Amino acid sequence: MMNKGAPEVNAGSMADIAFLLLIFFLVTTVIESDAGLNRLLPRINPDQIIVDRKKKNVLPIFIDAKGQLLVQERPIEINELKAIAIDFIDNGGAPAGDPAYCNYCKGNGNPKSSDNPNNAIISVNNNRETSYGAYITVQNELVSAYTELRNRESQKLYGQDFTTIESAFLNPETEKEQKEILKEKVLVIQGKYPLNISDATLK
Amino acid sequence: MSKFNAKKTTDTPNVSTASLPDIVFMLLFFFMTVTVMKDTALKVENTLPNASEIKKLEKKDRVVTIYIGKPTAKYVERLGDESKIQLNDKFVSVKEIGDYVSLEIAKMPEHLRAFTTISLKVDKNANMGLVSDLKQELRQINALKINYTTYEGNAFLNLE
Repeated sequence: MMNKGAPEVNAGSMADIAFLLLIFFLVTTVIESDAGLNRLLPRINPDQIIVDRKKKNVLPIFIDAKGQLLVQERPIEINELKAIAIDFIDNGGAPAGDPAYCNYCKGNGNPKSSDNPNNAIISVNNNRETSYGAYITVQNELVSAYTELRNRESQKLYGQDFTTIESAFLNPETEKEQKEILKEKVLVIQGKYPLNISDATLK
Repeated sequence: MSKFNAKKTTDTPNVSTASLPDIVFMLLFFFMTVTVMKDTALKVENTLPNASEIKKLEKKDRVVTIYIGKPTAKYVERLGDESKIQLNDKFVSVKEIGDYVSLEIAKMPEHLRAFTTISLKVDKNANMGLVSDLKQELRQINALKINYTTYEGNAFLNLE
């Protein structure tokens, strides 16, 4: 009767302790994932490259210190920017037969605006005092203009949005053969509407 | 018949809770392993702008984060209220940033170095002048892939 060995520790409160710890970690855990706008900075060249660019192929955008936009030296509101950018990129001003002729553009074909989406460059300039928020808003609008054009082209060619194709391509769970097909599609669309947004001053 | 009736009178049996601690421990270990404690304390104000056309930054192991913003109240007295650059736990001047970022990249395993992305977490009220200088420095050290890290939301809210 007396020799029962060491008495057992009551483990009934173990669950409570574990719960306490669990709740602590649940509350403190932030499974954060960052997201943003990806950009590739231009490589530095020791000797300046002088590119002969026609003035009509460049859309100059200037953001002043107060966040006011000037497009081609004309003040505009920020919500007009996307439409202006789409008009400019998709203009297709080169005449048929010209090497820069764009056969998939649906723009106005204004000869005074860009020849081809491949030649069209949007040049964003800003003051040193410009707020970063304004700069990001402009960049965001420009990207969304490109996305709209790419989606349109992708719908026409593959019956799918470009964003859908791209996210499937970037998804690590997609199978390899599938990826090759998707990669080709992504490259075709990106080749038609390359993201030409420049921060440098173009002459 | 009586056989069946006899059973009805007993209470419903208690569910055994003996395995509850095991389940809770399992969850606990899951959260303990996925939790990443923040390794840098922010010394600058950092309200990121909103944007809608964003891409996720996956794979944390190849990202170098640079913060820009006004120093927080604690540091304002010493550093003034001009925007400053913070990398890891210290303030870094624009001229030094190239060296520090190269150092960060050198710390990464070799096969990841080519894929390094610089995540710029810039306060939305910061000046573009500093950001432009920073981008120029990054070009000098050939760290060309950058990501303007933002919150997801309506970009027009940035202007208010």
